[in-house]
Amino acid sequence: MNLLLEIGNGTLAITATLTGILLVVAALLIARLISPKSYSVKKSEPFECGIPTRGESMMQFKAGYYIFAILFLIFDVETVFLYPWATVARDMGTKSLLCIGIFMVILVLGLAYAWKKGALKWK
Amino acid sequence: MFNFGTWTSAINEALLSVMPEWTAVLIECVVIGVLVLLTYTVLALFYILYERKLCAWFQCRLGPMRVGKWGLLQVFADMFKILIKELISLKGTDRFLFKLAPYLVITSSVVMLACLPWGNGLQIINFNIGIFFVLAVSSVGVLGILLAGWSSNNKYTLIGAMRSGAQMISYELSLGLAILTIIVFAGTMNINELVLEQNNGWFIFRGHIPAIIAFVIYVIAATAETNRGPFDLPEAEHELIAGYHTEYSGIHFGFFYLAEYLNLFIVSGIASLMFLGGWMPLHIPGWDGFNAVMNWIPSIVWFVGKSFFISFVIIWFKWTFPRVRIDQMLAFEWKYLMPIALCNLILMAVFVALGWHF
Repeated sequence: MNLLLEIGNGTLAITATLTGILLVVAALLIARLISPKSYSVKKSEPFECGIPTRGESMMQFKAGYYIFAILFLIFDVETVFLYPWATVARDMGTKSLLCIGIFMVILVLGLAYAWKKGALKWK
Repeated sequence: MFNFGTWTSAINEALLSVMPEWTAVLIECVVIGVLVLLTYTVLALFYILYERKLCAWFQCRLGPMRVGKWGLLQVFADMFKILIKELISLKGTDRFLFKLAPYLVITSSVVMLACLPWGNGLQIINFNIGIFFVLAVSSVGVLGILLAGWSSNNKYTLIGAMRSGAQMISYELSLGLAILTIIVFAGTMNINELVLEQNNGWFIFRGHIPAIIAFVIYVIAATAETNRGPFDLPEAEHELIAGYHTEYSGIHFGFFYLAEYLNLFIVSGIASLMFLGGWMPLHIPGWDGFNAVMNWIPSIVWFVGKSFFISFVIIWFKWTFPRVRIDQMLAFEWKYLMPIALCNLILMAVFVALGWHF
């Protein structure tokens, strides 16, 4: 239930999503109506420094980014685990510290291992 | 404080008295949609002018001055200009993904905007996992940027998108940890309860040392998350033309532009919600006269004022710090910001467990 009216939050989230889509659709429609159209071969080429592009652009890419994505995946899932703990930490008192302490040690050890292995170095 | 909920519930009852429930809900949803759309556009227009003027003043220029008084109508002229530009369809792009990308970027920012608490009773989506939902939706925007770069069939856009992706996912961790620090302190994720909790003083004052560290981490991470200088590598104009949206023209480009400014407002809004009390006026326990005076200022003014202030700070960063390199940026996040955020989280947990807070 939400604050404004007696509408469920799911309905409101869907309303907001539809609003976003509507904004894009409406603006695109207006732009299509009033914008000029012309065609030329040169205009439809990708813009790279002014010379014709060479080779395929959707290609295999530097692995450095991939390693950071993997690291992110590990740590993001671990932060997701922290959220339920965070909401009850205040009521649990000292016991919560003990519980999360062990989890945190593993988390920090993981980061230290990745650091040591050189995963955080940009190559 | 005046509760806007009295107005909305009056409207709701008036509607329910003349029509069945489903039509009332439908009308209310349409009205909410229109209001969100209006807020979105007005904010985006305001922010474009805000940033251009601030940039100019930081550089001892005047900024836009020709269109309207003090250049106030400049943004309307720009918006019209962007609408009448041709939408160029390119050779070799992935059509579907190319057109899908603006939808993802815009929709994620609209949904996040709908989650913000604008005033007392002026909040649309109020999940009990509120702030978590906002973080989840914010990651959809990254997808849009990655798709835009990938589908454009251009090497520069690909590099820009990859940089943007690496940057946004990395800094999302510190952002999440800084927010977690405050959740540990507040004990709730519901946005409305978070604001009400700050009735006896904002979290940044009540949580003192860990909360201030979390605030600093949050503002740095938020700057990176919105791809703004000094972290504007994804569109470093002397390296990558315009980054991931190089190939977008006309209003297609406008969508990325709009979403960028709205994201700036949204991260500032979340900062003001988590650290500076959202719409809650500045209250000091015991000073009843002072609190009463502060209550006279409407809640919406408090929220908007705080958000604009934090946006001002983030825009200020851009003109103060030089752009960092990609390796420096990732090293800064993974070797400094995130370990500090983790330690800070534990520090806050200790403070909460031992009751060392106000």
